Amino acid sequence: MAMNKIRGAFTVPRKGETFELRAGLVSQYAYERKESIQKTIMAMTLGKDVSALFPDVLKNIATGDLEQKKLVYLYLMNYAKSHPDLCILAVNTFVQDSEDPNPLIRALAIRTMGCIRVDKMVDYMEEPLRKTLRDESPYVRKTAAICVAKLFDLNPAMALENGFLEMLQEMIGDPNPMVVANSVTALQEIHHTAPETQALQITSNTLRKMLMALNECTEWGRVTILTTLAEYKTSDVKESEHICERVAPQFQHVNSGVVLAAVKAVFLHMKNVNSDLSKNYLKKMAPPLVTLVSSAPEVQYVALRNIDLLLQKEPDILNKELRVFFCKYNDPPYVKFQKLEIMVRIANDRNVDQLLAELKEYALEVDMDFVRRAVRAIGQVAIKIESASERCVNTLLDLINTKVNYVVQEAIVVIKDIFRKYPGYEGIIPTLCQCIDELDEPNARAALIWIVGEYAEKISNAGDILGGFVDGFNEEFSSTQLQILTAVVKLFLKRPEKAQGLVQRVLQAATSENDNPDVRDRAYIYWRLLSNTSDSNATKNIVLSDKPPHRHHHPLTATVAPRPTPFRTFVGHGRFGADAVMRAAIEYVFNLLRPSSTLLTNLQEQLQNARENPLAAAAAAAAGGTTAPAQAQNNVENLLDIDFDGGAPASAQTEPSSGMSGLEGLAGTPVRVASPAAGTTTGQASNNLDDLLGVFGDSGAAQPSSSGANSGDLMNGFSGLALSGNAGPSQNNQTKKSNDDILSLF
Amino acid sequence: MLSGILIFNQKGENLIFRAFRSDCRPRLADIFRIQVISNPQVRSPILTLGSTTFSHVKHENIYLVAVTKSNANAALVFEFLYRLVMLGKSYFGKLDEEAVKNNFVLIYELLDEILDFGYPQNTDPDTLKMYITTEGVKSAIANSPTDSSRITQQATGAISWRRSDIKYRKNEAFVDVIEDVNLLMSATGTVLRADVNGQIVMRAYLSGTPECKFGLNDRLLLDTGESSSNMNNPGGGNGLSTSKTTRAAAGSVTLEDCQFHQCVKLGRFDADRIISFVPPDGEFELMRYRATENVNLPFKVHPIVREIGTTKVEYSVAIKANYSSKLFATNVVIRIPTPLNTAKTTERTSQGRAKYEPEQNNIVWKIARFSGQSEYVLNAEATLTTMTHQKAWSRPPLSLSFSLLMFTSSGLLVRYLKVFEKNNYSSVKWVRYMTRAGSYEIRF
Repeated sequence: MAMNKIRGAFTVPRKGETFELRAGLVSQYAYERKESIQKTIMAMTLGKDVSALFPDVLKNIATGDLEQKKLVYLYLMNYAKSHPDLCILAVNTFVQDSEDPNPLIRALAIRTMGCIRVDKMVDYMEEPLRKTLRDESPYVRKTAAICVAKLFDLNPAMALENGFLEMLQEMIGDPNPMVVANSVTALQEIHHTAPETQALQITSNTLRKMLMALNECTEWGRVTILTTLAEYKTSDVKESEHICERVAPQFQHVNSGVVLAAVKAVFLHMKNVNSDLSKNYLKKMAPPLVTLVSSAPEVQYVALRNIDLLLQKEPDILNKELRVFFCKYNDPPYVKFQKLEIMVRIANDRNVDQLLAELKEYALEVDMDFVRRAVRAIGQVAIKIESASERCVNTLLDLINTKVNYVVQEAIVVIKDIFRKYPGYEGIIPTLCQCIDELDEPNARAALIWIVGEYAEKISNAGDILGGFVDGFNEEFSSTQLQILTAVVKLFLKRPEKAQGLVQRVLQAATSENDNPDVRDRAYIYWRLLSNTSDSNATKNIVLSDKPPHRHHHPLTATVAPRPTPFRTFVGHGRFGADAVMRAAIEYVFNLLRPSSTLLTNLQEQLQNARENPLAAAAAAAAGGTTAPAQAQNNVENLLDIDFDGGAPASAQTEPSSGMSGLEGLAGTPVRVASPAAGTTTGQASNNLDDLLGVFGDSGAAQPSSSGANSGDLMNGFSGLALSGNAGPSQNNQTKKSNDDILSLF
Repeated sequence: MLSGILIFNQKGENLIFRAFRSDCRPRLADIFRIQVISNPQVRSPILTLGSTTFSHVKHENIYLVAVTKSNANAALVFEFLYRLVMLGKSYFGKLDEEAVKNNFVLIYELLDEILDFGYPQNTDPDTLKMYITTEGVKSAIANSPTDSSRITQQATGAISWRRSDIKYRKNEAFVDVIEDVNLLMSATGTVLRADVNGQIVMRAYLSGTPECKFGLNDRLLLDTGESSSNMNNPGGGNGLSTSKTTRAAAGSVTLEDCQFHQCVKLGRFDADRIISFVPPDGEFELMRYRATENVNLPFKVHPIVREIGTTKVEYSVAIKANYSSKLFATNVVIRIPTPLNTAKTTERTSQGRAKYEPEQNNIVWKIARFSGQSEYVLNAEATLTTMTHQKAWSRPPLSLSFSLLMFTSSGLLVRYLKVFEKNNYSSVKWVRYMTRAGSYEIRF
């Protein structure tokens, strides 16, 4: 059978296969020729180069057999590039076909012509395209409309000269909804690649036409129209109301692409209409969003990502729907992770009990990664909802009592964060200290040591505990070493009599036996601070200063659409926050000691705090009423750079903020700066680029010396993003583009 | 938009490679093979590398991959891939490696038709079958220009899903209401989550171009005008509408959300909740809905599981049918998880058969016919082997599957189906109800 022969092509290639195919292609029997074409296509798919057969395949183009014609066309599209001259031989057939009485053949010809990306072919496209754009058959017209976009991609000048764009614009008024949709599609594509053409200008007339076509065209056409509507900016209240009214019924469409596009369009236009009406629309969009959560896992994933973004702007739309996001046992991990984030986002004091019970359940599952995230989510809930913090701590204690190693470790890290915000839970410290021997991860060890240092005055055997760690100091990871160092100094400052020997031992170990510059630097600064006798409180003020509370959510407060738009405000805060703390800290150090740049780098911890909560830090600094001289300011800037570039070990310690896997620490603030802007790609490429440039224009100007390194960090930031993708999943593309641009800028 | 569609088998061989844009290079196939197929760490259906995004769906034993370079709508990409699967099923019965290899020419032809420059076009199988045919799918229509122009008219028309010349001697319509009931019950017996995902599948064998109207015992519909008045003056007339709601509450169902086949006029549903449509010929899914209030759970399960030391687990699982004694459920299967180190099990049941399936770590208890209001019990014991590495058993939830005819968990009923056609023929309508288990999980 023929089928078996085709399947044979999947097996090992035989010698002289090309020869055989060629013989078949020029055979006198039609069926043999067709079979050979099929085999050629098969070989092409397998990645074999069958371009040598080009002339022979081309001979078969003039045929009445539609299927064979399609196969030859497919071959042509693939290999036209390698035989541009021979393509001319096919032109005649194309032109003829474009006038065939059969609309299917006319459409096929014009569709294929657009895909043959050879300059010579383009020259012959003009006439057929013009004719088919005015064809009587809507099927041909809608194909020709897309072909204009193909032509523009190949040769913009020609498309413009021949007035094809104007023809497309007229076609928005076509009586056939699919022609309208494809014309809009083509114009939108052209508009995006070349904004200067102003290809897609929406007037009240075209708006009306599109809204009419919306209810009649295919689901895919609807997505295009909805996307265009979402990008259309109007300040006219009536127009926005009208758009919302016509788009809202699409929430009920079965295609999730349509639903999400409709949500986006309504969401963006909603801000123009009065608040009652927009509340009503918010209420209307909640059920369809929830419905998406029960679709196929991949679609679910996309929906969840979008819901996550919507919630950042409108945190209350789904607050009654917590249960919908409960993870099913068989959900794929990527869906589970996303659900966890959303659950934390919609947690409030009414549903928190339910949520905690559920998270506790997850923490007992087998998937280690999921379990860790569940434990971390408990911490996030505690920090988000103050009234629930006690219940969260109790839940964590229950988990610690399970004695499952990785659960315990994660729970300790999380408890450290809770302590940082709510200092009132010293009572559980003994329980934590019991686990000390089980902790083998640097994060967990560092967290426990931090707790011991922080509450050294209340833990009677703190000296013994820390003593144990100091003994094994050189075996620890550097992040743990840093914490040991700080904890011992804290202990010494709180109870000097107990830790005199210990602090000397640890400083000795950290300075003379350690290779890590960060550890050594930190040890040196402590050493100098401690040996400063002029002001005995200075050291305490620095080391034991109040810690600004954690911030667990990205402070994304500006507009968020299904694909968010840029937030600049936040960028400013981030820098300001870091600056302020830095400035305050530097003043201390400047006043106390001789200025030395190595000392300054040791303020990483404070800096890190600042990064974790720029706003609070800024507020704290402002309250202190410090104003730095211009000179210091400059230093601050440089310092910030140093920290970004080299501060990895110190800042790599626990930073359980949602979303971005530890890479945050690596790239320091720039990631945060980049993240909101990078998540934005919504069809506003240029806008987005401007914003990014704007952001880095600022910092670039301030820190010319380190711009090279800085852009390197940026890259880190972006690759981090690519991994954990902040916004709608396939949006990172655009980010990359702008990224390249930024690089070239430097 | 989509730059290309790729299909791979499980070994990573590229079966189909169709580029729609010049930026989809052949070596992308290798990249996907290396980064996704041979990388067990991949946990997301979307992978972005450089400027390229791969979105993939796994179906049977093949990967369907969409390559995008620009900022495409991810939901659309996945919907399209699923549509491709559906088309494959509709053309070849099922879409797997075998089917792809045997029909690659047709698949190229289909891709060529349903995507143009990466933008999805008409993907309706019934329309496509009129002009893209195989030996299995023979079109009655010849290849003549007049027929073709009629086909193309239809493929782009406002009712692209229906031919105009359909004739039946006997006009019939079958409506199947199929509900998947989802339950998540905590170990303490509280219902964490219970909802119903319903679908209404219709098989329409109706002549001409019939206009159908479909009515359910939807609470909002029964309160005529309530939803529309709400829409026009939000916040107003609340007192009135609540009194109406309570009056209509008896015997009506609140549908949380509905989704419709593209033939349903969404504008009308939005305005006055009337479901009106011109049906495609043959079988199609008219609507999906979701209900979360007053869900009737057909089965109550009480598992008691005790771990005795580290060597034994005792089970006592009672299951009670919560529906009328006139009905009976079929193919009731209860899966009871056992620890990973189970060596052997013993089971006793008051009805049906129970068997240990080591590869699934489950005791599977099957009851072929479960009549209403009856209650059955399983007692089992799992003996465990001792392990050097003691790790707590994570106790996955117990799950249930069943199907139950003439019962809807949401209480949904079809009130009427009216067919209007200009020939005014009479038609026969049939309605069938079925409830199945969706994800019916009970923790213990």
